Amino acid sequence: MKQSETKIKPQLSTPGKGKIVAGCLAPHPPHLVYAENPPQNEPRAECGWETLRWAYESMRKDLSALEHDVLIILSPHWRTYVGTHILATPHLKSLSVDPIFPNLFRYHYDIQVDVELAETIHTVCQERKIPTKLMQNPDFRVDYGTIVTGHMVNPAWDKPIVVLSSNCVAAYYNLDRMQALMMELGEATQEAVEKSGRRALLLASHSLSHRHFTVENELPEDMSQEHITNHSLYLWDMKMIQLMKAGRSKEMINLIPDFTEQTLAETESGGLTWMMKAMNFPSYPAKVHGYGTVIGTGNVVAHWAPPENTSEDKTKKVYSQKGTISHERNA
Amino acid sequence: MSVTLKSQTSHSSHPIIQGFVLPGLVHPLLCPEANPGYQKVRSAFEKVKEDIERSSADLILIYSTMWPSILGHQIQANPEPEWTLVDEEFHDLGSIPYKLKIDADFAQAYNRHAQERGLHSRTIAYHGFPIDSGSIVALKLINPQNRIPAVIVSSNIYSDRAETVVLAKAAVSALKEQGKKAIAVIISTLSNRLHSTWVPPEEDKIHSLKDNEWNLKILEFLTKGRLEDVAQLSRQIQREARVKKVTNFKPFWWLSSIMGSHNRYQGQVYEYQPICGTGCAVIGLTPAPRAARDLEFDEDAPEFYTGERNVLSASTESIAEFSSQNNDDNNAFTHSFSQESDSPESHTDPEESFCENK
Repeated sequence: MKQSETKIKPQLSTPGKGKIVAGCLAPHPPHLVYAENPPQNEPRAECGWETLRWAYESMRKDLSALEHDVLIILSPHWRTYVGTHILATPHLKSLSVDPIFPNLFRYHYDIQVDVELAETIHTVCQERKIPTKLMQNPDFRVDYGTIVTGHMVNPAWDKPIVVLSSNCVAAYYNLDRMQALMMELGEATQEAVEKSGRRALLLASHSLSHRHFTVENELPEDMSQEHITNHSLYLWDMKMIQLMKAGRSKEMINLIPDFTEQTLAETESGGLTWMMKAMNFPSYPAKVHGYGTVIGTGNVVAHWAPPENTSEDKTKKVYSQKGTISHERNA
Repeated sequence: MSVTLKSQTSHSSHPIIQGFVLPGLVHPLLCPEANPGYQKVRSAFEKVKEDIERSSADLILIYSTMWPSILGHQIQANPEPEWTLVDEEFHDLGSIPYKLKIDADFAQAYNRHAQERGLHSRTIAYHGFPIDSGSIVALKLINPQNRIPAVIVSSNIYSDRAETVVLAKAAVSALKEQGKKAIAVIISTLSNRLHSTWVPPEEDKIHSLKDNEWNLKILEFLTKGRLEDVAQLSRQIQREARVKKVTNFKPFWWLSSIMGSHNRYQGQVYEYQPICGTGCAVIGLTPAPRAARDLEFDEDAPEFYTGERNVLSASTESIAEFSSQNNDDNNAFTHSFSQESDSPESHTDPEESFCENK
């Protein structure tokens, strides 16, 4: 594959001037890659989950306008109990087979890792007494959550990534403890990005409500069978999306423990909390590109880009905590 | 002490000739020298290997708590899976190249019997499928030359007792159909609370006193052969000594059910040590003519799985059959439960009726 032939290096900006250019909620159902039929994936699909795939298409278009050097992913499918682990091997190439849906996802990946940034995050975490460990085993197989999110956000794989594991604090202790850890990790990530000089895109790789169907259709992409598992999950998902669209991210994060408990949500992994804290709890709205279900789970594709990073018109938008928007013309 | 199998197994036609509880952490395989306790667990695996080599088993049948599934249960059916595994948590301890021998024919039969009993299941045979580290560690240590083929079945994260018990019975049906004798293995720690920071191997210990006390209680029961009693305690163990990653603590439901749902065993604790804070025990259970103690068990052992009862549904249609306000539907209620629950007497294998309680 092409990306292995060219060494990808992050475009370094001035050290100490790094920044987070945007954060994305980028769910990782392998079904989306399956339905895209990329050459890296062995199984072939007829179609499927178009609303989410088109949402990713829309988000990719917006992200292409934001210059960035590296993608930082927090993946729920690299689950660690002893601290947070950080991928720190320069090049990883192998076959990823989904343990739940091997019939849909057998993906040949070829990934470049920004080891320097990974080490910086590790160092900052150590300074802050957050337990972290670098993953340096070249035989390590990258988790499918990382690969699905990485592919759907950047199918060309032409930028290096950094991957953070999901520390299972929620299972180990409780959701409040998870929130606390992810806030610390978010702050550390922000500091590390600034120190590194990178322009980073953060990716929280997870769905919202996460109650799966326990059976699969004979034709997995039969969209006549796709729906949310139950209505209460849908209502919760809509509540969270409403807060995203209203720019009320702090309130959204405060709801995470209840939301997660009520919907078995993958926010349990901490990705959204980590990302929102690293972005200082945006008071500007997320751009919600689309919502759809995958075997009953609720998935939203959305991104937050600080207004100063976007090349929109010269309108300065002021967002209140109630989500209403007023417009002021710049002088 | 090694257990001689033939004398006991000759008493019964049950296809499971011995059961084992094995921990799945990679340390005994990759770094036994790091802690004397790890070495002891490694040595215990060696004893299990010797026991299995002396047995007449045709198959090693593994239920792994480290292989989670969502779409029902998955059964490994790739005849020769080959890969190099790196543990997602303990990647710094090294890589584990492996090549296994799987009884694909039995996997297909197991799958068919599971489906006939109302379970959702499927076989898995893909190159590169991520076989869980617990199964790899166990097979590398107890069956290093692949002398006996294995089959591995997943642990469904949503399933509870009924599905797990029926899953085990499906395995028994498949074994009887194929005329095979098997060693049953569950891959599971007792308490599963890891240290949440890096603790030097030489300072390893069970994470908490409470975890240790529960582990010792489980070991006390199993030493006396009280496997079904431990299975009946699973919900309590889940509350007291487990990090709740899944719905419930299921491995002992599977092991007890596949071995006959009773307490008539000779139990042997080969070793019990902490590994990274968890309680890691190597335990063997061999069918015995008498039980140390047999109680009237609280929970039944269904033969078939009749599905979720959709208790969360808002639909009045779906709950109508359970309504006590509808006389016609009371029969449906009774019928539904009678399908799932047999009388305790029906669980007794007639061929084992000679085994009287003390």
